[in-house]
Amino acid sequence: MSKTEQVLKERKAAGKGSLVGYFPIGYPSLEESIDAAVAMCQNGVDVLELGVPYSDPVMDGPVIQEATLHALENGFKLKQVFEAVKAVTSRVDTPVLVMTYWNPVIQYGVERFAKELSEAGGAGLITPDLIPDEAGDWLSASDKYELDRVFLSAPTSTQQRAQVSSDLSRGFVYAVSTMGITGAREELDSLARKVVAGVKLADANQNACVGIGISTAEQVAEVNQYSDGAIVGSAFVRAYAQGGVEALKVKVNELASLLER
Amino acid sequence: MTSSPTNLRQQDGPYFGEFGGRFVPESLIAALDQLAETYQVAKNDPEFAIELAELHRSYTGRPSIITEAKQFAATANDKVRIFLKREDLNHTGSHKINNVLGQALITKRMGKSRIIAETGAGQHGVASATAAALFGLECVVYMGEVDTERQALNVARMRLLGAEVVPVKTGTRTLKDAINEALRDWVANVDTTHYLLGTVAGPHPFPTMVRDFHSVIGNEARQQMLDEFGFLPTVVAACVGGGSNAIGIFHAFLDDQDVDLYGFEAAGDGLDTPRHAATLTYGKLGVLHGAKSYMLQDEDGQTMDSHSISAGLDYPGVGPEHAWLKDLGRAKYRGISDAEAMDAMLVLARTEGIIAAIETSHALAGALKLSKELPDGSSILINLSGRGDKDMETAARYFGFLPGDN
Repeated sequence: MSKTEQVLKERKAAGKGSLVGYFPIGYPSLEESIDAAVAMCQNGVDVLELGVPYSDPVMDGPVIQEATLHALENGFKLKQVFEAVKAVTSRVDTPVLVMTYWNPVIQYGVERFAKELSEAGGAGLITPDLIPDEAGDWLSASDKYELDRVFLSAPTSTQQRAQVSSDLSRGFVYAVSTMGITGAREELDSLARKVVAGVKLADANQNACVGIGISTAEQVAEVNQYSDGAIVGSAFVRAYAQGGVEALKVKVNELASLLER
Repeated sequence: MTSSPTNLRQQDGPYFGEFGGRFVPESLIAALDQLAETYQVAKNDPEFAIELAELHRSYTGRPSIITEAKQFAATANDKVRIFLKREDLNHTGSHKINNVLGQALITKRMGKSRIIAETGAGQHGVASATAAALFGLECVVYMGEVDTERQALNVARMRLLGAEVVPVKTGTRTLKDAINEALRDWVANVDTTHYLLGTVAGPHPFPTMVRDFHSVIGNEARQQMLDEFGFLPTVVAACVGGGSNAIGIFHAFLDDQDVDLYGFEAAGDGLDTPRHAATLTYGKLGVLHGAKSYMLQDEDGQTMDSHSISAGLDYPGVGPEHAWLKDLGRAKYRGISDAEAMDAMLVLARTEGIIAAIETSHALAGALKLSKELPDGSSILINLSGRGDKDMETAARYFGFLPGDN
């Protein structure tokens, strides 16, 4: 069992539930993003997602777009991914996944990326624009370096596709809660339950974490009743944009407040 | 050409060699599957072909004619004949209508009521708005804010046709970002909405489907050359941005081993400068907007800004079938600078009385250069993909033709 799976399973078994938190690397600078990520892990985030800034982020809404563009303008380089992962994993024990669009990984070299991520202590990758059908190189590299690989399952996915995502994902399946891009929404779609059910039907033992649109403590608690974790991104990035690391800590504590520590 | 396979015309996606595929969020896969299935059924349905052909006859104005450009040819080499396939005479002024009408029929077949489209110069946006008006579809066009400013009249045209034009303010605020924004809209509204992609890029089935809808250009032109002139051209030439008009005219000739194919891409300020859009000359293999192909990118895989005087060629990617044809050596691709293209635009206007789009003028310039290299008695068929009305402001500024200029 991977470290990510262990954390999710243990917390689920203890009736606590998990908060998965996203933060972009290099925003607003490499050092500050590392400090922010560590603070998230120390204040209630159970699994960390570090985002890789990319020039064409088609799955991201305005909040994350703005933050990652800022990181790129500040000179973000892909090599900093491994520095950030190493820095965070040396300070906290939280599993650290990297969320990245696929083209940067192709350019770096799939095998080389996997090797260096593993050496830096990273848990694996979440790949929003890589479907299992196109993931041949990544499947073998992630096996070789024993990395998590998180594929997505969406409300429009057939059961057959939910099965493939479930079979090939390690760590968890990213259950897309709603048809849309990242960004906080007031009401969570009931579609999330359906997506999680599809993953569980495919493999009752596979973890499903729900993402996109989660911004309140109530939503985090509710989602954890029928899934293995709630994924929050934009709400944390917005908090940081408004009040720096202190505001971020407050937001993490708030969203984790209804989950037992 | 003797080294290439002989059945290139049979090649359909998802892959052209190692190029193509579907590198998109899982949320879009169901829509792409539905599109591929609907298109496959339509492709094999004689009624669909009849319906589209009748639309082209009575609405587009097909077949488009071929014009021999003798005086234009003579400016470079009077021993090489140049023929123009007149897609500029289509309704809405370019080849774009071929694909738009095809996809509008597909949209109806899928029972969807809303189309979204990206546009750079506005040609595809105008064609999409036109089809939406004709078929009673809601239409939203995403256009980079920079492009809405330099193509203000095309924004007005689309709005006159009833489309909503959304200026895209993210990223570089040009065509690339308009596609990103259209993809985000599509992810959110995929139940009701068809993304009417305007070029042979993007995830499968777009490169195959859009090519098929434009293949009417080459099919007509090949037959017209045989019927009216009694031979096939030595060279077929077209401009390449995403690559739709080029693949449209190339496709019928892919298995004609004696016909050379040349694509001319935008060299902007010049291939020796960083300001160009020469994706096939300088691009590296990567993934952009859902397909694996060549693209302009830095060592980290971040997409680089492209530059061209023509908004329609100002794109850092290219369709996967072109990448494949380049690697096979079946088609050759060269860069044409802004200045060369503008010169050719002026030459065609003054020798033949035809004002070509700036995009198309890259093919004109390429053909003039090529005609000096070809043996006497050769011939070049150029896809005159669009007319230059939309470019008058740019051209007037470039040449100093505005009131007050001397």
